[in-house]
Amino acid sequence: MKKLLSLVLIALLAFSLVGAQAQGTVNVFNWEDYISEEVLELFEQETGIKVNYMRFTLNEDMLVQVRTSPGAFDVVFPSDYAIERMMAEDLLQPIDYARVPNAVQILDWLRNPDYDPGQVYSVPYMWGTVGILYDTTRVSAPIDSWGALFDEQYKGEVFMLDSPRDALGVALKYLGYSVNSKNPAEIQAAANLLIEQKQKGIVKAYQVDETKDKMVAGEAALAVVWSGDAQYAINLNEDLAYVVPKEGSNVWVDSMVIPRSAPNPENAHIFINFMSRPDIAQMNAEYIEYSSPNAGAIELMGEEYTGNPTLNPSRETVGNCEFFHDNNDVKVLYDTYWGMVKNAK
Amino acid sequence: MSAMAFPPWAVWLMLLGLAAFAGMIALSIRRNRGIRRTLFAFPYGLWIVVFTLIPLLLIGYYAFTDRSGAFTLDNFRTFWDSNFEMRKQMLDMGFDPADLGIARGNVNMDTLIYSLWMAFLCTLICLAMGYPAALFMADRNFKLGSTLVVLFIIPMWMNFLLRTIAWMSLLEDNGLINTLLGALGLPRMQLMYNSRAVLLGMVYNYLPFMVFPIYNALSKQDPKLSEAAMDLGANAALTFFKVTLPLSLPGVISGITMVFMPSVTTFFIPRVLGGGNTEMFGDLIERTFLSADNWNLGSALSLIMMVLILLSLTTLRKFDPEGEGGTMI
Repeated sequence: MKKLLSLVLIALLAFSLVGAQAQGTVNVFNWEDYISEEVLELFEQETGIKVNYMRFTLNEDMLVQVRTSPGAFDVVFPSDYAIERMMAEDLLQPIDYARVPNAVQILDWLRNPDYDPGQVYSVPYMWGTVGILYDTTRVSAPIDSWGALFDEQYKGEVFMLDSPRDALGVALKYLGYSVNSKNPAEIQAAANLLIEQKQKGIVKAYQVDETKDKMVAGEAALAVVWSGDAQYAINLNEDLAYVVPKEGSNVWVDSMVIPRSAPNPENAHIFINFMSRPDIAQMNAEYIEYSSPNAGAIELMGEEYTGNPTLNPSRETVGNCEFFHDNNDVKVLYDTYWGMVKNAK
Repeated sequence: MSAMAFPPWAVWLMLLGLAAFAGMIALSIRRNRGIRRTLFAFPYGLWIVVFTLIPLLLIGYYAFTDRSGAFTLDNFRTFWDSNFEMRKQMLDMGFDPADLGIARGNVNMDTLIYSLWMAFLCTLICLAMGYPAALFMADRNFKLGSTLVVLFIIPMWMNFLLRTIAWMSLLEDNGLINTLLGALGLPRMQLMYNSRAVLLGMVYNYLPFMVFPIYNALSKQDPKLSEAAMDLGANAALTFFKVTLPLSLPGVISGITMVFMPSVTTFFIPRVLGGGNTEMFGDLIERTFLSADNWNLGSALSLIMMVLILLSLTTLRKFDPEGEGGTMI
């Protein structure tokens, strides 16, 4: 019995070692439900490289994993400010663009993002905006300003995002400040606006994942959402509309990066190049329904994509938006003020 | 910087935990409890050390250190004054918090008091509903008693998160209840997104923990005792208050602990049924660990919670010194 047990254990151990070091694998760490499964199958068929696919739900969780498990991931999909953080902590290796020829497909305005100047470390995967999803049958006029969220006319009709940076970011933008403000007075003004909004009974709930389905069901008139969630909801309920308010907003990019500790950097480059191929980028964009950074994919999707302002906002709208930047030094301010908002009665 | 990078201190603590475990085994063998018996206890002992003792030591370690791993009491100051760390950061940045009117913050204390209040209400309601239910179920003349027991148990086979989400689809503005009201021509009500809905969710989830200990205590009671009381001239009320109730007290105490403990640490329910409009202490701890990424403060808050629960349990224990109701501590 003992012998059998130890044999099994040794076999298991050996397999796990082989699994980690085999030539033909790529360890991918992506957001939950953020890729077309078909694409992964195609990649394995075409390249013979086995994909070891892992998922996360928060940039912060991903960061902890990448820090504490060096050598576990070849390709990771962080957002803008998380890329900045990873660069600051020296966790990334530069992309060898000679091995990613499909990167020429990346849209011009995403080529030199301020979170990764010169795009040394990251190849964009998907992008989107933050805006207001609203029920056209329940608002008096088309919404074009964050001001609607603070209008007593919509008492008990507003869903806010349950996230300090996103909620305070909305208030900061409405007040004419940057979503990356590091000025305590500005952050306080934003928090006070949110507290007032709550005390007036305008907010119905602070939530994240539940919002899209509740908007489809008609639970509220207005909601702060990400553009992809907006598209999902609009597909299911034609009364809904999405707008990026005129004051500007947050625009975000999720990109592919290669950790410095990646065990298979060769395969990582092959994977990133494959993801940037127009037909593949199209499959992902159509499955995920966020905005594509890939010119070739956009051409393939045609009018259906380019004519959709939710997924393809005008250059002017995007120009009005800001990326989030790493805010480690003022994070305690955002979190503490957010605690006051959540605790306001 | 990283909260997960275990400092040498923590590694020593873990080694200490394992050494204590080895010591316990050695002691057990020397005391002639027999090697065989010790070996049987081994899996559970190891489990306790790895998943209870070491995590507890780690929470203690994080609670008393800052992000760099240096000893500090600041986490407890931040518990008392939720603006403490923020004021420190503002000063570092060259801003005077006084200019912005930033004084002591009571967010953490208020959340704790609110949680204790909600847990108290939940326990009270569970007791008021649970005791009569247990009486019914334990009554030998009540044929449906055992069926009721099963009906109480069945919902517990389903995951607690699922049950709570199910309540959401009942209580929503366009949920089942409101749709029904609308169909009957009655006005719709806002049932969700408030503290009442949170309390409802808590009572629903924790009620069985009140009913079963009381039911156990009652069904173990010898019916001859109350028959004797009746024979001696006591009426039904007097019999209940002089015989049945005192004998069932251990069960009641156990029920109160089993409901109060999870109630006070409740999280997720306020987010789902309360729409995140009110935060309970469990939500605060979760937010501190995950969104604020502050393991040190989060650990301090957890430690305070544990001490409070321990205190309330030891107080309750005084009423049930034999531990007859199966109280856990």
